[in-house]
Amino acid sequence: MAEEKKTTRKKIHAADRMNRIMADYFYGLNEAATTGKRKVAWCTSVGPAELLHALGFAVHFPENHAAMLGATRMSTDLIPEANAIGYSPDICSYLTADIGAYLKGITPLAKAYPGIASVPRPDVLVYNTNQCRDVQDWMAWYSKRLGVPSIGVTSPKNVNDVTDAHIDDVTRQIEALIPTLEGIAGVTLDMDRLREAVALSRECTELWKRVLETAIASPAPLTFFDGTIHMGPAVVLRGTREAIDYYNVLLAELEQRVTDGVGAVDGETSRIYWEGMPVWGRLRQHSELFANLHSAVLASTYCSSWIFPSFDGSDPIRSMAKAYLELFIVRSDRYKEEYIKGMLEKFRIDGIIYHDAKTCPYNSNSRYGLPGRVEAETGVPSLVISGDLNDLRCVSDEQTKTNVEAFIEQIAEGR
Amino acid sequence: MSTPIFVGLDIGSSRTKVAVIDAGHQVLGHAVRKSGTDFSATAAACLEESLEMAGSPRDGIASAVSTGYGRANVAFVTTQSKTEIGCLSRYGRDRFHEAITIIDIGGQDNKVIKLDGDGRRASFKMNRKCAAGTGAFLEEMSLRLDIALEAMDGLARQSTEMVKLGSYCTVFSATEVLENIRNGKKVPDIVKGLFYSVVKRVLEMDSHAGRVVMTGGVVAHNPYIVEMAGEMVGRPVVLPEFPQLAGAIGAALYALDETDPIGIRNTIPAGETHG
Ligand code: SF4
Repeated sequence: MAEEKKTTRKKIHAADRMNRIMADYFYGLNEAATTGKRKVAWCTSVGPAELLHALGFAVHFPENHAAMLGATRMSTDLIPEANAIGYSPDICSYLTADIGAYLKGITPLAKAYPGIASVPRPDVLVYNTNQCRDVQDWMAWYSKRLGVPSIGVTSPKNVNDVTDAHIDDVTRQIEALIPTLEGIAGVTLDMDRLREAVALSRECTELWKRVLETAIASPAPLTFFDGTIHMGPAVVLRGTREAIDYYNVLLAELEQRVTDGVGAVDGETSRIYWEGMPVWGRLRQHSELFANLHSAVLASTYCSSWIFPSFDGSDPIRSMAKAYLELFIVRSDRYKEEYIKGMLEKFRIDGIIYHDAKTCPYNSNSRYGLPGRVEAETGVPSLVISGDLNDLRCVSDEQTKTNVEAFIEQIAEGR
Repeated sequence: MSTPIFVGLDIGSSRTKVAVIDAGHQVLGHAVRKSGTDFSATAAACLEESLEMAGSPRDGIASAVSTGYGRANVAFVTTQSKTEIGCLSRYGRDRFHEAITIIDIGGQDNKVIKLDGDGRRASFKMNRKCAAGTGAFLEEMSLRLDIALEAMDGLARQSTEMVKLGSYCTVFSATEVLENIRNGKKVPDIVKGLFYSVVKRVLEMDSHAGRVVMTGGVVAHNPYIVEMAGEMVGRPVVLPEFPQLAGAIGAALYALDETDPIGIRNTIPAGETHG
């Protein structure tokens, strides 16, 4: 057989800079935890990080850690550790991998960042159930194990329109966290600092949005697989200046690519939308799979979930509440359908792939007929692939490959 | 120069199938063997056998396309490989000129493919990571029951009171089978139940628009399954000629598409049949 030329996606030069700021972030966290100079809060990905920053906490994101466990392919061996203490293999594999890592006393941080021995010990655990209940259970385990308070926000679910009543509710819940957090931090909340953190989050959001929207260009200068990595600062450094500085650099590089007509994938012939979680342990393989088919996976709900247009420094707490409530994952199917339809149009998508992640029903929008409805209304063909974010035992590489290749063939053959 | 022929090689997880067609889309030669562990050697042997049947020399091969799990393991394809789903669709488009649903029961995968009236693929689905309803399920059960696979069709037809198996899972189904044996159920009734389970699982995968066509090795050897499927969908289901070769024929049709029969190119060195 003729040797197939391997096509890989192009390196983004800003990545080196990102690696440095991520390293600074992890070393900073480690220092806070080991020296006790700053209090450490653990926060869910769309929990009230801005509030924690304003109170001077160093903030660790267990989901980010769990994604690292997935990307380093450590998770599949760790999940059974959590299963053995009673957590089902069917629940969030971020949770089971992270708890498993804790039980075994290992972390990918130790390998990536010499000198770091473990995840930073928390002083408080803060969650928001706007994504799932699993995050609350996750924090509850650590709370019991480490004797640390777990507090959070219980968000309404399946929200169609975010109303004032919803915002009032979440605002009150965020406000109610403040006294406890002040007590742990040993400081009183400085509203100006909070305003600043929220304003910084807003700026970060806007830049991240512009980064993702460079992919409107044909060929697209970045892919979903780049996005999953480069969203790191938007997740862990939201509310800080570093994230903003970074996205300015990344944006300039991508805009230059657009000007030069350089695509992330050589010879882009089809444009794909990815709905759902990435398969962390297969990022490179999936990236190559699509690139070899000259197919650009260039937009996703997942990477766009760190865009919060409602952050407003002049009304920090209420705007945080609104921003967290507007998150895609908390919304109704009706809202989700409209959102996806808009994205398909905006990015001129030829086909949409739904990743049905076994252990995360919340981020698997392929279970209640949504793909069929969107396909009927838009005519954009869809494919559902079975897999998982972290548990590679739920992933069949050959099935994924055959499905994806057949789907791209189908698109190429005239729909 | 000999008449140009076009070769499709379908290297499946369980069986390797090769089809040789002419420019008029007719099947001249074919072969099926267990894929085994050396895909390229099996493919080479199948190729020899089908060329012999076709009465065509190697240098008559104008183009060859591979498909199936082992599609990357053959050295002598002259154009890129295609997916099984693509090849089954190509086959369906060639043989049926109407909207059809192709149901392919393979060794490890089931596929339901819908083609519109113009022969374009409208959608496809593969089974999830589970052997329910696949050839592997029947093979597993034939081992458990110690009944030759070839004997199953005849046995199922003798059934007077089918045993229904409820589980989605092959391992649980095996337990159910054992329970039925313990309860004194007759073997033909159990085998019919196994067939029913296969048909049900594959029909449950999707809706069935237009004419339904069944392909794959399982139905080639067990046509009773097709009759049962017809009863269940409420209209006759088509069992085409060469159901097991549908993917290989589709691959051969792709080979034909990609070759200009007037300016035949032959990049295959004689004797070069392995990777
Ligand atoms: S949304 Fe899914 S992946 Fe994220 S924490 Fe919840 S269950 Fe886990």
